[in-house]
Amino acid sequence: MVLVKESVAARALKTKLSVENVSMTFRRDGKSMPVFENINLEVADGEFVCLLGPSGCGKTTLLNVMAGFLSPTSGSIQVDGEVVSGPDPRRIYVFQERGVFPWLTVEGNIGFGLFKLPPTEREMRIAHYVRMVGLQGFEKVYPQELSGGMKQRVEVARALAVNPDMLFLDEPFGALDSITRLVMRGELLRIWEAERKTIIFVTHDIDEAVQLADRVVVMSARPGTIQQIVNIDIPHPRDISSAHYLELRDGIFQQIGLAHKI
Amino acid sequence: MITRAQPRKWERIYWPLLASGLLLVLWHYFVIWTTTRIFPSPLEVEKGIGELLRHHVLWGDIADSLRRVAVGFGIAALLGIPVGLALGWFSAANHVVNPVMQILRPISPIAWIPIAIILFGVGDGAAVFLIFLGAFFPIVVACINGVSNVPPVFRRSGRNFGLTAPQLLARVIFPAALPQILIGLRIALGIAWLVVVAAEMIAVDSGLGYLVIDSRNSGKRYDLVIAAILLIGVIGLILDLGFRCMERIRSVRWGFRNES
Amino acid sequence: MNLRVRLRPLLFIAVLLVIWEIAARRQSAHLLPGPWGVVGGIADLVRHGLLLKYVVASLFRVTWGFLLAAVLAIPLGLTIGWYRRAEMAFNPIIQILRPISPLAWIPIAILWFGVGDLSAVFLIFIGSFFPLLLTAINAAESVPAVYVNAGRNFGLSPGRLVYQILYPAVIPQLIVGLRITLGVAWLVVVAAEMIAVNSGLGFLIVDARNAGNRYDLVVAGMVIIGVIGLLLDIGMRSLERAKSFRWGYSED
Repeated sequence: MVLVKESVAARALKTKLSVENVSMTFRRDGKSMPVFENINLEVADGEFVCLLGPSGCGKTTLLNVMAGFLSPTSGSIQVDGEVVSGPDPRRIYVFQERGVFPWLTVEGNIGFGLFKLPPTEREMRIAHYVRMVGLQGFEKVYPQELSGGMKQRVEVARALAVNPDMLFLDEPFGALDSITRLVMRGELLRIWEAERKTIIFVTHDIDEAVQLADRVVVMSARPGTIQQIVNIDIPHPRDISSAHYLELRDGIFQQIGLAHKI
Repeated sequence: MITRAQPRKWERIYWPLLASGLLLVLWHYFVIWTTTRIFPSPLEVEKGIGELLRHHVLWGDIADSLRRVAVGFGIAALLGIPVGLALGWFSAANHVVNPVMQILRPISPIAWIPIAIILFGVGDGAAVFLIFLGAFFPIVVACINGVSNVPPVFRRSGRNFGLTAPQLLARVIFPAALPQILIGLRIALGIAWLVVVAAEMIAVDSGLGYLVIDSRNSGKRYDLVIAAILLIGVIGLILDLGFRCMERIRSVRWGFRNES
Repeated sequence: MNLRVRLRPLLFIAVLLVIWEIAARRQSAHLLPGPWGVVGGIADLVRHGLLLKYVVASLFRVTWGFLLAAVLAIPLGLTIGWYRRAEMAFNPIIQILRPISPLAWIPIAILWFGVGDLSAVFLIFIGSFFPLLLTAINAAESVPAVYVNAGRNFGLSPGRLVYQILYPAVIPQLIVGLRITLGVAWLVVVAAEMIAVNSGLGFLIVDARNAGNRYDLVVAGMVIIGVIGLLLDIGMRSLERAKSFRWGYSED
């Protein structure tokens, strides 16, 4: 068991997702590889949580387990009190822009999960989310003509269109250049503030985590465990040059064991 | 050193014309130089083409060959695509069926001719059967490969949005595999065209393949032989190009590398 | 569990054979053989010493036609693929000749070479030449520019450029192309032998039918053709696996 710093505010809100003593071990050719062990975490409704850690610490696997794509070796995930047993449209996983379907237009992609709705409502929703991610005018365009950032927006819009409770984002901006990344972070926060979904976001970028999250779950590698949970209590919009921001960020640097001088 | 300068637009026409022209000239002089009386010169072939075009029998032969290809290829696609998709989706089934396919595949459709004749007699039926055999396996293999090459991200997204297995197949797997399926269909069509000509040379008495054999047998008209051969090539090329046009449709174009 | 899974394909084949045997026995005309009849046919061929003779004849023709085509098509194709203008020049001619079934060349083959081995080899040559040519052109065209630029950066002479950059870069694609074309050559030899020669597995099929409706020999011939074709394919695939070529293929 790891000591965690949990904020009072988080406990006051309703718990959306709870990770209870979850461990994951992969078995391959008779050898067993522990990926992460004894993860305990509670995520409140409407919270933005970042899983931060170096490559190989199991954060992506943990995200997959939380989203229901993998079953943990031990322990369980519960959402709204129910045990998670598989993927569900209420909890959408966003991949890097390679998850966009190349044979559908922007419209087609965004409307992909809306097949249970009547056509008029579907069109309205698609138009709404096209506007929300700033892709007006590109509705009939195919993904191969879009930039990486635009494709990422399509994927986020597609995820939001089905009105999920939770979003799982796996390093969604990893393939983008750093300027686009900054822009996209702002966009994501804007959307989050408009719709207040519960978001769990995996990244290896310390700055990204501190800029976006309410809480940062710092994980260590091989096997993955929660090293520390840092509460980012700066209200949005965050000044990334402010003393408090830098203090929190450097604290995490130290936690991970990096010097903040190059 | 290699000239890596970008070729200009006019060169796209100039070089092929030059090469083809040179080839025709060489051919012409080869005929003259060997004083052969049987092998035709390019001019004689051209006259032969004219003769064939004027005699309505040519159009009938072309129609026969195309019709057989259409039916045989059509049946191969109608059966092969579902079978291929199923085998691609249920890898256990593929594991079971694959060895049988691997043994049947290297048997030339032509080797099936005696069986075809027994089952269908001499005529269209036998030809269509042989074309079906030739086209079926490439289509199935292309479908299997297309399905197994669908990136796992797409499947996972589909499941995430709550698609059932049939919905997943129809709305994700099939569109994702479509470019590869189209390539398989195009290759199968090329094979069908090869088989129909061969089948017509042996097992039926109409069509372009038959025209080739008949021109030789009934009068050693080698000018007609070569004219027919060239026609076979041109029509085969047109079929291939027609299919490539399909590959430009926008909802599949993403699957093909940009062809310069 | 592993053993049971491995047995399933064999079980499937066994079921097919049973169905075949039943269907064969229910024929009214009793022309087509069942699997047992085919086995008898193969035994027949072995007893008369024909099996080995025909297999060798077919393999002999394939080898010659295929090798000849490879020796001519590969260097030619690599050259054409390397120089863009050459590819522009020859592409239309190749595109017209390519869809022509090798068998359509039979009258020409017989005219030039008469009925016999040479005709068959010529047909196999034609059938192998164009696929190999196109493979080589494609392979040369897809050598990534970065490799070429790196070579020139290091000051390689044209000869060394070919030997150290082009050749290793194209080998994986060429080997795949050779395997596929060998399959094509095997198809062509059978067809060619049915028309243009007096020995070989293709001839066996035609002759067995013509000289007495021996359909058991016909199907026996087909089975042997299938098996040998499969062995050739497996042989080529093991070449692909040879260590020094393996880098060119993604993990299956």
